[in-house]
Amino acid sequence: MRIINRTLSRPTAILLGAIPFALLIGIYAIASHLRRADNPADKLLPSLGRMADAMWRMGFEADKRSGDYLLWIDTTDSLSRLAVGIAISTLLAICLGISIGFIPHIRRGFAPFVATISLIPPITILPILFIIFGLGETSKVMLITLGTAPVMIRSVAQAVMDIPRELIIKAETLGASTWQMITRLVLPQILPKLITAIRLGLVPAWIFLISAEAIASTSGLGYRIFLVRRYLAMDVILPYVIWITLLAFVIDRLLLKTSLKAFPWNHLAGESL
Amino acid sequence: MSDPKFMIRNLTKSYGEYPVLERINLDIETGAFCTLVGASGCGKSTFLRLLLSQELPSGGDILMDGKALPQQPTPDRGIVFQRYSVFPHLTVAENLMIGAEFTARKFTGRLFGNARKQACNDVAELLETIGLSPAANKYPSQLSGGMQQRLAIAQALTMKPGVLLLDEPFGALDPGIRNDMHELLLGLWKTHAMTIFMVTHDIHEAFKLGTRMLVFDKLRDDPHAPEAYGATITYDLPIDLASAPPPIPGRVFDETDGMNLSAALMATAPTP
Repeated sequence: MRIINRTLSRPTAILLGAIPFALLIGIYAIASHLRRADNPADKLLPSLGRMADAMWRMGFEADKRSGDYLLWIDTTDSLSRLAVGIAISTLLAICLGISIGFIPHIRRGFAPFVATISLIPPITILPILFIIFGLGETSKVMLITLGTAPVMIRSVAQAVMDIPRELIIKAETLGASTWQMITRLVLPQILPKLITAIRLGLVPAWIFLISAEAIASTSGLGYRIFLVRRYLAMDVILPYVIWITLLAFVIDRLLLKTSLKAFPWNHLAGESL
Repeated sequence: MSDPKFMIRNLTKSYGEYPVLERINLDIETGAFCTLVGASGCGKSTFLRLLLSQELPSGGDILMDGKALPQQPTPDRGIVFQRYSVFPHLTVAENLMIGAEFTARKFTGRLFGNARKQACNDVAELLETIGLSPAANKYPSQLSGGMQQRLAIAQALTMKPGVLLLDEPFGALDPGIRNDMHELLLGLWKTHAMTIFMVTHDIHEAFKLGTRMLVFDKLRDDPHAPEAYGATITYDLPIDLASAPPPIPGRVFDETDGMNLSAALMATAPTP
């Protein structure tokens, strides 16, 4: 049978999915072992055991100086910044995206502006934000919002414009007002695409979050990584990177599951990634 | 004789400098079933969109019930498209209820509680008529093409429009299913006393369903500038169902045959 026509059992699929991860860990363990055999004090590729010790210290032993459990403080601080930033972007994407996509006057008025704003490299705005909003939470949230909102607005507006004209005409012949069409036709139709936009927006959002924390912050996952970098503490940095990746992965999966559960009509045809 | 449902005077439609339709003059009586036929690209669908106010005429007038047609689609004219005619994010029953919800709740456009239950009961009979009761809670993409079009027709009727416009509604369906759809449509036409306009490519369908056939074609043609002239209604045939020509067995009709057939009929009909 041709390979494209073969279906996989679930255990086989999981096994195949695990192979690249196992390979990566294996290669790392060997490389780490070789380096430490050469120089027992090597800091660049710490053993898996040392990384586990370091993470245990960060997560379950109070910090000597502040008495905090650093991993959890860092995680909640970073996640709340991310959540507020993405929430504002989402709200903007819904309001502006639908207005731009649905109402010609607003489209003519705002679309060129949003298109221009979305081309500004957000990181170049960071100094301006620090000057205007200070080094506190506002400027970090603003960076995430500025970095993600324009693209999300544009993809929602495009999703609105991609709604078949026939459906809008049909709604009109059923007596719908513009507002009713927004609430009963446009919004439900774009919600699945909004979730996709959030999932895609989270990728740059993490970059801006870590950048802002690295430059000016006193807590957060990005702050910690850049702080311990001074001591070449790879045993903290590497697990932190894995932890951030895990968080990003879990959030992405949760959003996908939400979409599958809430909008079954959107996922009736084909597989979703 | 009562006033016609539609009075169309000198209607023209052009896109930029290219005319699509020109010099259309027509009276359509209430309760007529008009089938619109003609070669591709000669303005049948454009004519339908003008009747729906999805597009506005470049010149001339369309009067409905003696008044100028509204400038945008309104609930007194229902529409069924070939595709994308029902809302994919609503179940079958919800698709049929949404018109009532728009009317009842100006702000939310949504019924709750007992009002919703009542609306559910109201569509039960309609669901029965179109044979979709067992599928009431399915989404349109879970239905076959024929079921989707039955739903689309029923949905268009929920606002009780006086005019139903159909743009090749059965173009994508199998012949067997088409026959069922014809029966359904004729039944609904009789019970609802509507004026129907239907664009079709199928000349048999046009003869079978219509009381009147409008044939669109270009009267003038410049081979060096094929876009220079628009189409108009070249034949306006009243169809007496009893005298409709029997289908010739084993013969497949195409659009040009349709024209010949109309021309043949035209020769026997009195000149208007």
